[in-house]
Amino acid sequence: MTRFLANNGWTLGLAGLLAMLLVATKMIQPEFGVSGLDSLGRASLPFALATLGMAVVVIAGGIDLSFASMMAVCSVTAALLMEGASDGTSALVVLAVLALGAAMGAINGTLIVVTRVPDIVVTLAMLFVWQGTALLILNAPGGAAAPWLRSLIVGGVALPGVSPALTEWLPKSLVFLLACLCAIWLPIRRSKLGLMFYAIGSDASAAFRSGVPVGRTKIAAYAVTGLFAALGGLSVTMSTGIGEPIPGPYLLAAVAAVVLGGVVLGGGRGGLLGPILAVFVLRLVRMDLTLMSVDPNVTTIVEGSIMVVVVMLGGVLATRGRRT
Amino acid sequence: MTVTDTPPRARIGRFMAANPLVPLILLLIALLGLLEAMNPGIINRLWLANAIKIAIPLAMLAACQTLTMLTGGIDLSAGTAATIAAYVTATLSPLIGVPAAVAVAVACAALIGLVNGFGVAICRVHPLIMTLGTGLIATGCLLVYQRFVISTGTHIPDFLVWLGTGRTVGLPNGLVLFIPFAVLLIWGQRRTGFGRLLYALGSNENAARLSGVRGWQVYLSLYSLSGIIAGITGLLYLGLVKTPSLSLALPLDLPSVAAAVVGGTSIFGGRGGYAGTIVGALILTVLTTMLTLLHMPEGARRILFGLIILAVTALYIRLTDRT
Repeated sequence: MTRFLANNGWTLGLAGLLAMLLVATKMIQPEFGVSGLDSLGRASLPFALATLGMAVVVIAGGIDLSFASMMAVCSVTAALLMEGASDGTSALVVLAVLALGAAMGAINGTLIVVTRVPDIVVTLAMLFVWQGTALLILNAPGGAAAPWLRSLIVGGVALPGVSPALTEWLPKSLVFLLACLCAIWLPIRRSKLGLMFYAIGSDASAAFRSGVPVGRTKIAAYAVTGLFAALGGLSVTMSTGIGEPIPGPYLLAAVAAVVLGGVVLGGGRGGLLGPILAVFVLRLVRMDLTLMSVDPNVTTIVEGSIMVVVVMLGGVLATRGRRT
Repeated sequence: MTVTDTPPRARIGRFMAANPLVPLILLLIALLGLLEAMNPGIINRLWLANAIKIAIPLAMLAACQTLTMLTGGIDLSAGTAATIAAYVTATLSPLIGVPAAVAVAVACAALIGLVNGFGVAICRVHPLIMTLGTGLIATGCLLVYQRFVISTGTHIPDFLVWLGTGRTVGLPNGLVLFIPFAVLLIWGQRRTGFGRLLYALGSNENAARLSGVRGWQVYLSLYSLSGIIAGITGLLYLGLVKTPSLSLALPLDLPSVAAAVVGGTSIFGGRGGYAGTIVGALILTVLTTMLTLLHMPEGARRILFGLIILAVTALYIRLTDRT
């Protein structure tokens, strides 16, 4: 039990913080309820997916600065192809966009492995490339999203045969997020591939000597990140109804949430639950400040300060822990 | 040992590794030749002076990246610090006079650097995260500050305009500031104790610590210095652009990293120097001109820009890899 606590202390702390924030929200805004949860879930969805993607690649010892641009490419592709398409076609479009995301991630990974240039430099260069691609596909915001996709993340869950009062408090967007997580990350985490991600993240040369194909594993990690970027881009198109060629503020927020969620930059340690909780903590802080009608610019300051103070505290604690 | 039995590629590689500036300058000359071939007669004294004028702020901001990268760090708040210094100078000058405004502006930039240094040195936060975070906070502060000064109007000090846009005997006046700055940095990085400490910490932090280097002091002064350099760059850029805005130097942020990387400074620390960065900044400026001349859509230009940075870095690493 104590070992479980020690191993998951950071995640449990975040869960506690999230619970405290939810209580605080309820106190600030007594009407906060089903619709509040729903809008929180929908606003957090692209951020959460971005954070998941970033967390995977950081665990594998890399970092992907081109993430927000890949999201933009997927978002505009989906919106452009879905405009006026039937339900069947738009389902095909979704699959195609997912494949596109994974392919873009694989290109990033392959370039890193082949050129032997540091991850951060390659993805910095690819940031411009994907940004340009998104602008070539769609020069200004436009396109459309299929209505069935939109209904996938709006409103509460309604299960047939169960009374709606039991399930409607649960936002569909949250279920969508958990479904993505379970469908992509859990099988990987349980398989050899997940173990190899952690192995190359903590020590690439040790992993190589234990027989891990480092290059191919790295490409796979970037491809998974690209897949999450596609999901993130789709979720942007789903919630706004259009494609947006200019990347949103997802890169910075994703890196912040990954670190806040207890994934170590440099790789090898951390899970995906912590980063998700961190996303909701950061979004909820923003929402609370808006509810208290604080100037949105002050909100940016508070958000940044929280992020910096938390990582500073984490750093100090880590140094202490190493000494004892 | 005879020269003849080493394959020519390895010999070239060894030469390049010993003189990393040579391939960069060759590349710059090749790019200039290509530009001249694309558009004959474009390269004249006026164009050269203009290109140098545009390259100077980029090269100065890239100094922040070069110095921090030597220790294995990075300073992503440099663009924000420059923007804040420029905006504060322009808005405070009508209120408290030019010298005081400049002093306040540089102090703000130094404060950002000091916070970065505190986080990196004392709390051992990864520089990428720390500087991203302070950049975010500083941007928020700038937006709040902007609402208090929105009615005061702006004034850009004359000497900054002279420095930013003026020309004396065909050369931009910015060189008056830049040449001593560059000489000081290139001399400082190799010949002073502080410069050598940067290389030592970047090559092997543990070894440096065991040899008695107090890492936290170096990091604290390094990031403060980086903030001050960014602030001065912001002042120069204000004189060049002549309109203060809330995102003045932000578009320079990522290109400044690219300039340092193209210039051969290793992002993992311990290798590189400022001379390469200057050439890197010139290469990026020439590239931008070329891409503008091609009349391509904006998207295609960005794609080419990214691919060229990647290709240059990959080639450079291939050529200078000693293993």
